[in-house]
Amino acid sequence: MGTIEVSGKSYETDEEGYLVNLGDWNEEVGAYLATTESVEMTDQHWEVINFLRDYYNEFQIAPAVRVLTKAIGKKLGPEKGTSQYLYDLFPYGPAKQACKIAGLPKPTGCV
Amino acid sequence: MLHIVNKSPLERNALDSCLSAAQGGALLLTEDAVYAATRGNAAAGKITAAMAGMKVYVLGPDLDARGMTDRLLEGVTSVDYGGFVDLVAEYPTNQSWL
Amino acid sequence: MSEGTIKKFMFVNRKAPYGTIYALESLEVVLISAAFDQDVSLVFMDDGVFQLKKGQQTKGIENKNFSPTYRALDGYDIEKLYVDQESLAARGLTEDDLLVDVTVMSRAEMGKLMETMDVVLSF
Repeated sequence: MGTIEVSGKSYETDEEGYLVNLGDWNEEVGAYLATTESVEMTDQHWEVINFLRDYYNEFQIAPAVRVLTKAIGKKLGPEKGTSQYLYDLFPYGPAKQACKIAGLPKPTGCV
Repeated sequence: MLHIVNKSPLERNALDSCLSAAQGGALLLTEDAVYAATRGNAAAGKITAAMAGMKVYVLGPDLDARGMTDRLLEGVTSVDYGGFVDLVAEYPTNQSWL
Repeated sequence: MSEGTIKKFMFVNRKAPYGTIYALESLEVVLISAAFDQDVSLVFMDDGVFQLKKGQQTKGIENKNFSPTYRALDGYDIEKLYVDQESLAARGLTEDDLLVDVTVMSRAEMGKLMETMDVVLSF
């Protein structure tokens, strides 16, 4: 367990830095979490983050990378539905990094 | 007395065991036992029969969680956690058929 | 698992959600198993059919409502969902009450299908 401070408010995180409460997330918190992962956020990054949050709201799970890749290709265009595209944005793994920045729990099956 | 059952009637014999022993009073169904008080359930007839001799309650939040609120048997009263506490207070003794 | 050997896995779900942890545990194992590209079938029988009931609202019991996750299975290429007809009938349910598309079959057919599996996991 840990805490992060964003704009004078503190938020609870687990031992790996994932937000404990999904409802704590806002773009500012997301931007802060990105700095902890050394990810420089661009519109393309936010597009994936927003996709992940929508996916979670609909299905109540963070998708596995393979599922994320396929779903993104369907929604945002085939050129973005490749693991290369996602790994370019999130070099240490789209599941691990993007889920953390999106304020979601670690994906099931991602150990 | 107050009888409390929390097991599905189609998986365990807790409800049968309770109903065969109970001498009136009240029955509160919680957790998976709430299915017993839903229309179309094979055990619903037992609840209907039991209502002749005792008051029957279900814990509303458990019914909601299972998506069964709209098929509660007529004559069964849905209570919230406050109502659960009131029932426990109202009857001098209670038996949980775990 | 060595590459190229696809086995037929069946997950048999017989418990209602929330009353015990079986339903959620099964779902998590199913999602993990999807990573191994196996031939996965899910069976819902006895109180397990309640897992797929539409309209679950768990706020009052402070549990996570995992029923929307069954709708994600399709995206995981898990498309073989079988539901026992007798179990539905004994619980006043029909196919329309379920939140995903399933194949409804008799208990006997279910038993036959079970015989064709390489691995059967019980929940």
